[in-house]
Amino acid sequence: MNGILRVLTDLGGSVTGGIARLGFAARFLMAVLRLSGTTFARPQLLLREIYQAGVLSLIIILMSGLFIGMVLALQGYETLVRFGATESMGMLVALSLVRELGPVVAGLLFASRAGSAMTAEIGLMKTTEQLAAMEVMAVDPIARVVAPRFWGGVISLPLLAALFSTLGIYGGYLVGVRLIGIDSGAYWGQMAAAVDWRHDILNGVIKSVVFAVAISLIAVFEGYDATPTAEGVSAATTRTVVTSALAILALDFVLTVLMFRGGGG
Amino acid sequence: MNRKAIDLWVGIFVAIGLAALLFLALKVGNLLTFNEDRKGYELEARFDNVGALKPRAQVKTAGVVVGRVESVRLDKKTYEAIVRLHLFPEYQFSRDTIATVNTSGLLGDQFIGLEAGGDTVMLKDEDFIKKTQSAVQIEKLISQFMFNKAQEAPAPSVTPAPTAAPTPTIGAKP
Repeated sequence: MNGILRVLTDLGGSVTGGIARLGFAARFLMAVLRLSGTTFARPQLLLREIYQAGVLSLIIILMSGLFIGMVLALQGYETLVRFGATESMGMLVALSLVRELGPVVAGLLFASRAGSAMTAEIGLMKTTEQLAAMEVMAVDPIARVVAPRFWGGVISLPLLAALFSTLGIYGGYLVGVRLIGIDSGAYWGQMAAAVDWRHDILNGVIKSVVFAVAISLIAVFEGYDATPTAEGVSAATTRTVVTSALAILALDFVLTVLMFRGGGG
Repeated sequence: MNRKAIDLWVGIFVAIGLAALLFLALKVGNLLTFNEDRKGYELEARFDNVGALKPRAQVKTAGVVVGRVESVRLDKKTYEAIVRLHLFPEYQFSRDTIATVNTSGLLGDQFIGLEAGGDTVMLKDEDFIKKTQSAVQIEKLISQFMFNKAQEAPAPSVTPAPTAAPTPTIGAKP
């Protein structure tokens, strides 16, 4: 009897705790947005974060994009050749990348490569009481530490996602045209005919911006909210990657429903 | 890593990122031809039925794309579909041009076909195409065919007399 009661209490505690954390995260986002002025007044802070989040993620994003495009072309060929529609390869590769794979896979990679680093950095600053020291010096750690990282992530991911899609389309070209021997004109022509810049590309960019805000917020929040111990920082880093991945996939579903449902694609 | 190097790397990163966006918009998304679309002129045509015709569908003459469908709406008085066509400026059509709703392949997308006539007067911006032919509805064709068959042979099981009726023409207007 006591055991059941404890299970119920724990369950209720974790639910209310989760809701309270959600509320704190919303309040935290407001604070970050309100204190963003410093970030843009001192661009050196922002540039350092774009370097950390964007430039250092370039290699993994470019390589993944290339390989995903190559795999898409190979797998697409296997299916398309049955219908004698291999000329549509360009369309298949470009639409899959621009609409879905570019923003989503780049977002997942970004969360594991840059989001986890953000959380660990801020969490360690908290553990070593650097954030508390800043407060003592009347420097707001949200303005000085959190906001630049948040904006660095928000600016970097859309650019990384665009690079991912571009490299993917080039990878598809390498496999489809150079290796398999689809006509190069058909590859680019079908692509240009099928991809609409507003319906497909702009929506893809909007997706990547939404993911960028979600990942960056989760990363800085988990770092700021981490339990200030070695264990706590490690747990917070794990949570960043897991929560970001779930957030990306769930948001992707919602955005896809809003953008492409019956829209005459 | 010093400041100068960070600035340089971030500059390179932002530049190639924007270049990728530009590549997607221009080469992949065909932003240039979209802008070209703005030039040209508009025609309207009335159809009894446009089937599954959608905006941005192609307008073709002899298989060559000569424009795009701008919008499809309903005339509130006559209950006809009014299709607004955007044609590229280099193509002119005579006044007796026939507009038809066609399907590419058996199950493909629908598009508007224009068959040029012989009139010397050309259509101008905002003109109406007077001669149109509606979309062929496969369901209607099939039901017509079945109905005709049933009428021809009222009771084939009782009197197996050979009916020398010609096969019904299915190409007729639905």
